Amino acid sequence: MSTGSLLLWVVLPYACAVVFIVGHIWRYRFDKFGWTTRSSQTYESRLLRWGSPMFHLGILMVIAGHVVGLLIPREWLYAIGIDEHMYHLGATWLGTAAAILTLAGLAILIYRRRTVGPVFVATTPMDKVMYVFLGAALFFGTLATLVYQVFGSGYSYRESISPWIRQMIIFQPHPEMMEQVPIFFQLHVITASLLFALWPFTRLVHVFSAPIPYLFRPYIVYRSRDESRGAGARPVRRGWDPITTPPDNRGRRRR
Amino acid sequence: MKVMAQMSMVMNLDKCIGCHTCSVTCKQAWTNRSGVEYVWFNNVETRPGVGYPRTYEDQGKWRGGWTLNKRGRLKLRDGGRLHKLSRIFSNPKLPGIQDYYEPWTYDYDMLLNSPAGEHTPVATPKSLLTGKDMKISWSANWDDNLGGSLETMDQDPLLAKMSEEVKAEYEKAFMFYLPRICEHCLNPSCVASCPSGAMYKRAEDGIVLVDQDACRGWRMCVSGCPYKKVYFNHRTGKAEKCTLCYPRIEVGLPTVCAETCVGRLRYLGLVLYDADAVAAAASVADEHQLLDAQRSVLLDPNDPAVIEAARAEGIEEDWIAAAQASPIWRLIRDYEVALPLHPEYRTMPMVWYIPPLSPVVDVVTNTGNDGEDANNLFAAIDKLRIPVGYLAELFTAGDPAPVELSLRKLAAMRSYMRGVSLHDEHDESIANAVGMSGAQIQEMYRLLAIAKYEERYVIPAAHAEQAHDLEEMGCSLDFEDGPGMGGAGPFGSSSGASVPVAVENFHSLKNRQTADRPSSPGRVNLLNWDGNGKPDGLFPPEEKK
Ligand code: HEM
Ligand code: SF4
Ligand code: SF4
Ligand code: SF4
Repeated sequence: MSTGSLLLWVVLPYACAVVFIVGHIWRYRFDKFGWTTRSSQTYESRLLRWGSPMFHLGILMVIAGHVVGLLIPREWLYAIGIDEHMYHLGATWLGTAAAILTLAGLAILIYRRRTVGPVFVATTPMDKVMYVFLGAALFFGTLATLVYQVFGSGYSYRESISPWIRQMIIFQPHPEMMEQVPIFFQLHVITASLLFALWPFTRLVHVFSAPIPYLFRPYIVYRSRDESRGAGARPVRRGWDPITTPPDNRGRRRR
Repeated sequence: MKVMAQMSMVMNLDKCIGCHTCSVTCKQAWTNRSGVEYVWFNNVETRPGVGYPRTYEDQGKWRGGWTLNKRGRLKLRDGGRLHKLSRIFSNPKLPGIQDYYEPWTYDYDMLLNSPAGEHTPVATPKSLLTGKDMKISWSANWDDNLGGSLETMDQDPLLAKMSEEVKAEYEKAFMFYLPRICEHCLNPSCVASCPSGAMYKRAEDGIVLVDQDACRGWRMCVSGCPYKKVYFNHRTGKAEKCTLCYPRIEVGLPTVCAETCVGRLRYLGLVLYDADAVAAAASVADEHQLLDAQRSVLLDPNDPAVIEAARAEGIEEDWIAAAQASPIWRLIRDYEVALPLHPEYRTMPMVWYIPPLSPVVDVVTNTGNDGEDANNLFAAIDKLRIPVGYLAELFTAGDPAPVELSLRKLAAMRSYMRGVSLHDEHDESIANAVGMSGAQIQEMYRLLAIAKYEERYVIPAAHAEQAHDLEEMGCSLDFEDGPGMGGAGPFGSSSGASVPVAVENFHSLKNRQTADRPSSPGRVNLLNWDGNGKPDGLFPPEEKK
């Protein structure tokens, strides 16, 4: 086991995971105001109408697929009657559909970002970096599938990448499992790790606010001034000035 | 019965001169930031007209507010929770910025810095969205005073509901102004549409607010509000709306729009209402019954049973007293001259309007008759189908009776009071014709025409014992070196203890109004300086001659 392999398959993923977790906690504590989809629909909705649902449906399917393929050991699937053949069919067909939706959606979204004036102006540098890594992770993932699964003889990542991930999760890393993995899968893993490190600092934080509780709450929300000191404003944490207009003496309020 | 208090507003449209002062002061106070350039928490529309955003009243298109489902239960017009979530990635009913207008600025620099030449330099309009040159073709009040409205008037959703002949004659008939703010509804569909639960109705005073820290930019509230009074800040990605100027209301000051209103036509006060009765009242099947249903949700603050129930809910005595003195209650229930805007949206709006009589008076006067004679006016109200029909579409879901009654009362007040001031004659028959007594007419006249400041605004301050919990105040022990939590933040101390904004404004306003010297020597707040006097430090010291 070389140092390079240790760095790539143990240190980097763990570092990214730490940044991902600590980053989210930090951002949630100090920058709730920045925690938003920053929707650009008021500028343009004709392209978004297609691009956004396509991309989102696709990516949610992709995420579901990754959970099934990576995190759930195949013995468990066998136990509920999903054998190798069924899994393969599902992974290939659903996977292809998801990939097409995601990539087409992403293409529309990026095209829109670039060509629609107001959307382009409202695109932050962080958005651009995010799109590079998001695009790269999706690109290598699709490429690997195309090269090895669809046109190649098939590569059984459930015997190498999946156990590697699960071993990482239980803190018993086995970097050697990744060493023989084909290059595009390796690149996919690396770009995805970097994307996770970026995640908390981009608009992607909105994923963790998926409004599922909406389904279970009453329609009208009442809130008392007393409940949360003031008109619902949460106390400001020390060390972080809320975003306000300049002559401001509220930023130093402590609690 | 669950008694709750609601801070509400009534606007007397007869007095609105369409000066837009309210819009401008509100904008200066709340939306003079980037991302909300296109946003007017307070806007003034010329009616008939398309409104702001364009055709917002066409709920067939925008699908805001509530409607009844097959079983007669309330449902959001644009679909329930699951339906909303299924369309969250792209909201098909969201107004685009072009439906409001593309905000712009001018290239003022050209005027100052262009080289000397033959032609006068021109400041070209630049889009605030793209920074590029743009052609200005719409704004928040493009059809102000019916300007250019021959082209756009047929898009007015209310006119579309009225018959052809009415439409053709309309421009000759009359015009009036409709100032609009958020309605701070009893049954707010914006709150119901918010997937994050970031929007809420304040339990104490019913003000509807957006928690800026909890909003996640799903932008469902914008399409959920039938009045289109939630706006999307396109820079911060958060929804914003009229706050009823709660920092002012909490210290007993009227809202900015009310305080600065040139016509002094806005009334602010509390009403008590039965929160348990709201849903039933909003689901009344017949749209024409919605007005009465909403009136019946409001509780009589002088009824001992109501007072008892209010105390049981922890409403303080001075708030109950304020509800009893409330101009809103009087205008809505005692005189029944104020009417809600679009009750058919079923949100139970709480900014009500006294419909304008002056267009009717003008018509009578233009025909050479006496425009202040009760019988002439009554006859005109009966005959002038067009204004009444249009006003009914605005205020009573199309039912002309309550609008007529309101206008007749205003007409009666006009001629009764003319009798009093010209001939010292109290013609009770005029008052009786609209079911009032002369004394009542005089009281109403005092409230509507004299309209003293203290009678227009009856705003109890938020409670002192609650004050430490109010938005902008910390614990009083919490200041620098206080016995509370000591010490400065990690970035060192700021200069002195922080003073909450609302309190600072309140004191400086009060000082300014009562003192003849600058209120805060040495520190000049230019925004508060009214041009009187010479605050210390504002000008260089004068040289002694
Ligand atoms: C879990 C549920 C999710 C919901 C409810 C959701 C919702 C949204 C919404 C409302 C927008 C704003 C669209 C607009 O109006 O401009 C958005 C944008 C975006 N979302 Fe999501 N999202 C979810 C998951 C994800 C995931 C898993 C990803 C990717 C990893 C993702 C990536 C993006 C990106 C890149 C944009 C920006 C699109 C653009 O304007 O260029 N989202 N999302
Ligand atoms: S008028 Fe105000 S309270 Fe009513 S639905 Fe619209 S935003 Fe909400
Ligand atoms: S109440 Fe305040 S925020 Fe609302 S419209 Fe009036 S001035 Fe603007
Ligand atoms: S300031 Fe008063 S009179 Fe002027 S437009 Fe506004 S509501 Fe009307």
